[in-house]
Amino acid sequence: MTQISIRQDEGAPLDAVLLYIFTGVGAFAALLAAAFTQDPLFRFHAYVFLAAFVMGAAGMTAGVAYGRFKPDPGRYSDGVIRAGVIATMFWAVVAMLVGVVIAAQLSWPNLLYFPEAGWLNFGRLRPLHTSGVIFAFGGNALIATSFWVVQRTCRARLAGGVAPWFVFWGYQLFIVLAATGYLAGITQSKEYAEPEWYVDLWLAVVWVAYLLVFLGTIWKRKEPHIYVANWFYLAFIITIAILHIVNNMALPVGLLNHRSYSVYAGVQDALVQWWYGHNAVGFFLTAGFLGMMYYFVPKRAERPVYSYRLSIVHFWSLIFIYIWAGPHHLHYTALPQWTQTLGATFSIMLWMPSWGGMINGLMTLSGAWDKLRTDPVIRMMVVALAFYGMSTFEGPLMSLREVNALSHYTDWTIGHVHSGALGWVGFISFGAVYCMVPWLWKKDRLYSNQLVEWHFWIATTGILLYIAAMWVSGIMEGLMWREYTPQGFLANSFVETVAAKHIENIIRTLGGLMYLSGAVIMSYNLWRTVRMPGHEAQPQGASSLPAFVAAE
Amino acid sequence: MSDLSYEALARFAQQGGTLYFGLLFFAGLIYALWPRHAEDFKRLAALPLEDSEDDHVPS
Ligand code: HEM
Ligand code: HEM
Repeated sequence: MTQISIRQDEGAPLDAVLLYIFTGVGAFAALLAAAFTQDPLFRFHAYVFLAAFVMGAAGMTAGVAYGRFKPDPGRYSDGVIRAGVIATMFWAVVAMLVGVVIAAQLSWPNLLYFPEAGWLNFGRLRPLHTSGVIFAFGGNALIATSFWVVQRTCRARLAGGVAPWFVFWGYQLFIVLAATGYLAGITQSKEYAEPEWYVDLWLAVVWVAYLLVFLGTIWKRKEPHIYVANWFYLAFIITIAILHIVNNMALPVGLLNHRSYSVYAGVQDALVQWWYGHNAVGFFLTAGFLGMMYYFVPKRAERPVYSYRLSIVHFWSLIFIYIWAGPHHLHYTALPQWTQTLGATFSIMLWMPSWGGMINGLMTLSGAWDKLRTDPVIRMMVVALAFYGMSTFEGPLMSLREVNALSHYTDWTIGHVHSGALGWVGFISFGAVYCMVPWLWKKDRLYSNQLVEWHFWIATTGILLYIAAMWVSGIMEGLMWREYTPQGFLANSFVETVAAKHIENIIRTLGGLMYLSGAVIMSYNLWRTVRMPGHEAQPQGASSLPAFVAAE
Repeated sequence: MSDLSYEALARFAQQGGTLYFGLLFFAGLIYALWPRHAEDFKRLAALPLEDSEDDHVPS
């Protein structure tokens, strides 16, 4: 009897053993793929898979040997969230650095063009930037915060044993495969869905595991209601799963070949792609971050959500309307015009739920407005909401065919993207990470509020420089493209319109550099916070409050 | 097979879709506005303020 219980204590849990076997089988399969393929690019990725699985197996060996996989049901799993926060900041700096590099390439195209090094060209680095900021930075921020929020608001430990760790490392492997693939020239040429079929399959596995961990945690919950932030996160996870699978349906050229052909063709392909693309904006860059907003804004402001009722209406209207707006990316194309009108109509309707959500977030501060002055973290989240309001006002405008005729293909779109991306996505994530780091590492506070102030002001100025420059250059080039001579010829050649925005391009590069500097300052501040003595190090009973409080 | 034309399918998708999503949305709206839920919502609005930042799962 005792012997059996001792042996059970020493053994690793079943899920850890299964994952252990999986890494071994995966490593073997990757080795076979590398050995038998004729395709050098596919072999390169087979080696990446092999390295990842071997490292995974080594980590699992150590973990099983030292009994690291024993779950402690009395505690939340915060280790995977700590890892997620580190990954978030790491990828933020890398991906924004690439953003600054491509911005500089657009500013000084002759200086920064390297015909000998194909992987350094704009065409390879641009998807590295977009996937890096959206999926690596944004995705890690979403996964980490969703794991925090779902545990706290459900009062339940993450479900699935080692599965959350599989989600974390599996997702990093997806990022590395995508990023190295772009640099090597592997792409299926669908924007925001560039990775090829085998990377898509891998992400599908990881994403389904993520969904199951999230659902399993909700299933175990002790709080009878499912808090609204979890609704937003769940909508984000489910919709991204569907979008990803449908948009990436493809037939590989061979099982050991990196190339594939989409099952869609012509206008259907375009519609499916922008149904995906727009909802990547709606559910990845919006719904998930709204989940973040609905937890961290009230938490930090120490005020209840302004209107919970409004949050429910906000949720359902946003979900139903976003799905239809994709065709506004395909104005004046072969897509039937009624579809374009439908997309524009739904884009206009989107304005209401978007602003409903923004107002709900802003008004949560009522009674605590003074915190805007004293707490730079809450100020950051409020400015995020303001930029959310701005880009969701601009978006419906640009979705009108008449306006889109001017804005499409120009820097105006790029400005719109980055007011949403830098202002909304970036700032709300920074705010959430600033909140979580002292909690996760058991510190009373951040290392320096002053550095947060610096981050805030440098980054905000950077955003303003970025988007103002893009409005000017976007409208200018749009007008130049449609300018005719009295004889009916186009007045400007394309390269003249590119040369005309040289100064704006430089201002954008500067703005981006400032935004990147803010992220670097933040990383330093967080690193110092982690290294501060924690409040658990203090003797029991000793209060961190000043002594005079007790004397009152 | 011939009576399932593009037009018929499009009409079904457009009208049926409008109806389906309209009804679902109104169901959500009624749930949100139902007076008896107001008490629950008041508690839920403050849910993030209740939880602890340390890692002990409350029992
Ligand atoms: C009500 C909300 C919104 C509407 C109706 C909207 C509408 C639009 C429109 C009309 C375009 C231009 C399409 C084109 O000419 O090709 C666009 C582009 C884009 N928007 Fe928005 N937008 C909204 C909110 C946002 C937000 C909040 C973000 C980011 C966080 C965002 C990210 C993007 C991106 C990344 C693109 C570029 C897509 C591409 O690669 O061409 N949008 N949006
Ligand atoms: C340091 C800050 C950043 C800089 C300097 C920067 C720079 C750039 C540049 C130069 C482009 C290419 C524009 C073009 O082709 O004309 C671009 C595209 C893009 N960036 Fe950024 N970026 C930054 C941060 C971000 C962040 C944080 C996000 C998202 C969270 C983001 C999302 C995007 C997207 C979605 C596109 C593609 C837009 C489109 O195709 O319409 N960027 N960025």
